[in-house]
Amino acid sequence: MLLHIENLIKEFVNDEIVTRVLHGVSFSIKEGEFISIMGPSGSGKSTLMHILGMLDKASEGRFVFDGRDVMTLTDDELAVMRNEKIGFVFQSFNLLSRTTVLDNVKLPLTYSKDKTDINDRAKNVLESVGLGHRLDYYTNQISGGEKQRVAIARALVNNPSIIFADEPTGNLDSKSGIQVMEILQKLNAQGNTIILVTHETFTAEHAQRIIKIKDGLIESDSKVKNPRVAHYGDALK
Amino acid sequence: MFQTIKQAVNTSTKSLLANKARSFLTMLGIIIGVGAVIVIISVGAGAQSLILAQVKSLGTNIVGILPGNSGEDGPPASAMGIVITTLTYEDVMALKLKKNVPNVEEVLAYSTAAATLEWGTHSTEGTVSGCTVGYLDVEGGEIAKGRFFTSDEERNLSKVVILGSEVKDELFGESDAVGQKIKIKKNSFEVIGIMEERGTVAFQNYDDKILVPIYTVQKLIAGVNHVSMARIKIDSPDNTDRAIEDIKITLRERHDITNQDGKDDDFTVRSAAQALDMITTVTDALKYFLAAMAALSLFVGGIGIMNIMLVSVTERTREIGLRKAIGAKNKNIMNQFLLEAIAVTSLGGVIGILGGFVLSYIIAVVAQVLGYDWEFLVSPLSIILGVGVSTTIGIIFGIYPAKKASQLEPVEALRYE
Repeated sequence: MLLHIENLIKEFVNDEIVTRVLHGVSFSIKEGEFISIMGPSGSGKSTLMHILGMLDKASEGRFVFDGRDVMTLTDDELAVMRNEKIGFVFQSFNLLSRTTVLDNVKLPLTYSKDKTDINDRAKNVLESVGLGHRLDYYTNQISGGEKQRVAIARALVNNPSIIFADEPTGNLDSKSGIQVMEILQKLNAQGNTIILVTHETFTAEHAQRIIKIKDGLIESDSKVKNPRVAHYGDALK
Repeated sequence: MFQTIKQAVNTSTKSLLANKARSFLTMLGIIIGVGAVIVIISVGAGAQSLILAQVKSLGTNIVGILPGNSGEDGPPASAMGIVITTLTYEDVMALKLKKNVPNVEEVLAYSTAAATLEWGTHSTEGTVSGCTVGYLDVEGGEIAKGRFFTSDEERNLSKVVILGSEVKDELFGESDAVGQKIKIKKNSFEVIGIMEERGTVAFQNYDDKILVPIYTVQKLIAGVNHVSMARIKIDSPDNTDRAIEDIKITLRERHDITNQDGKDDDFTVRSAAQALDMITTVTDALKYFLAAMAALSLFVGGIGIMNIMLVSVTERTREIGLRKAIGAKNKNIMNQFLLEAIAVTSLGGVIGILGGFVLSYIIAVVAQVLGYDWEFLVSPLSIILGVGVSTTIGIIFGIYPAKKASQLEPVEALRYE
């Protein structure tokens, strides 16, 4: 079991008004799974992803990741976990401007303990997402689809145990979106665990399992009978 | 550790270069502050070395006497232009006697008066210095042409005058002056000598001197009996303190002053060294005041740094969120922003130091061209001070924005629009 949550509760306190966003969520994720988390906006799916990605802390409940009790980790320990175990892909890419593609991908490595062969490792992942020819481009010189592939490369560069993709196709045209989904499916086929957060059924159906969230609770948790297969010619070699 | 710092330096440099104009403007406060400190220290040292050189060139074995009492450090009233008539020619001559002041070598008494000099249709304004024959010995200087007056001429109301080179040029131009008659206050004087050009020594211009025997000035020009100032040359600088005491005792005796603690003295005796101390006190005060102003501008510059850093933290909230999301610890973010602030201030400090040196050098060169014996002095201390202070400002004013950046919650930061 890679990840296990039990009765997870998240409350936000604002001016002494307590808002409960997650009302007790439980599930487990095995290594190698490709899961979509779906739900309308305000359902709590983003909050859930942030907690699972260790960007935010749950208020109550159990959260075990890779055998470690995440609820007891300090800020620094969480930072190390994010660095070594987790890769993020955001809807709005979140690349550093005025920085080259290569340097963006190297960024997680500069915060990691193992700083050997940073350049080669970053180049290798960039080649694996088909951007070997864009290493020295600045991030404002490449297309949206390419930006998201840089972001995927950045998420992959530290060989994480799990990749979180938060609406990764949300800011892309359909062709680039398909390309991104194809990469995610390929990564999953290679054994990577992927959690995709989306509100689009079509995109969600590329996963093997869909967890639907509504009003801070799990509405359904079911396998996808025939996951869609993204296909975009030979964008990936 | 080294890797962390190197990486933080890279990141900081990148973000500074990304906003060149802003970085420079931010630095400007520090550049001006540090530059001002360097200039003040360097120019202050140069001015002090100049004063020291001037006083030394005057001779450290010269003791000055002014009429009127004064406190330990303050100037006597006579130096402020108030006329005090207690000091006489006879007083000064009594000091020349070895039985009164054993270490005396020569004495010089002054009685001055403003007057117009006329030669034919030419005329010039000046201060006529009535002096004693000891002038050349005490003040130094050379006769360029002609001769100085004799001790007979000093006493018998001789109407002779020795002109400084500047006065000679103004009055006679290229013409020969020695032997010519000029008019001072309706009396006809014979020019018997011209002084060699000497320039300004110890803030005194020797080239505009008009030297006349003291008696002649007192009786025919000024109509007074007192001496406005006296200078005594001592055989060796080591004996100055002893000579000063001898002079005081002699003058008290002559003026019937019984109180030996100096409170009732109607005169002031000072050595060149004491005068130097006084000048140093004044220039030091000035220097510290200016340095305080410079420090204030550094402080203002520091506030500017803090302001820009806070703006930068807000602007880059998403970047901070992303960095945290991919594994940056609080201290990584803290270091990044702190180093950015230090980089701005240190670079500003270095530019300020260089600018300050260039400016100090220009000041020194200009002063030298103007004929002052001005040294271009750079103390290593001022470099250390400049770098140290600017770096410290970076740390002090950078720590709050950096702390603020490091404590942003990753989720909050990523959501920031």
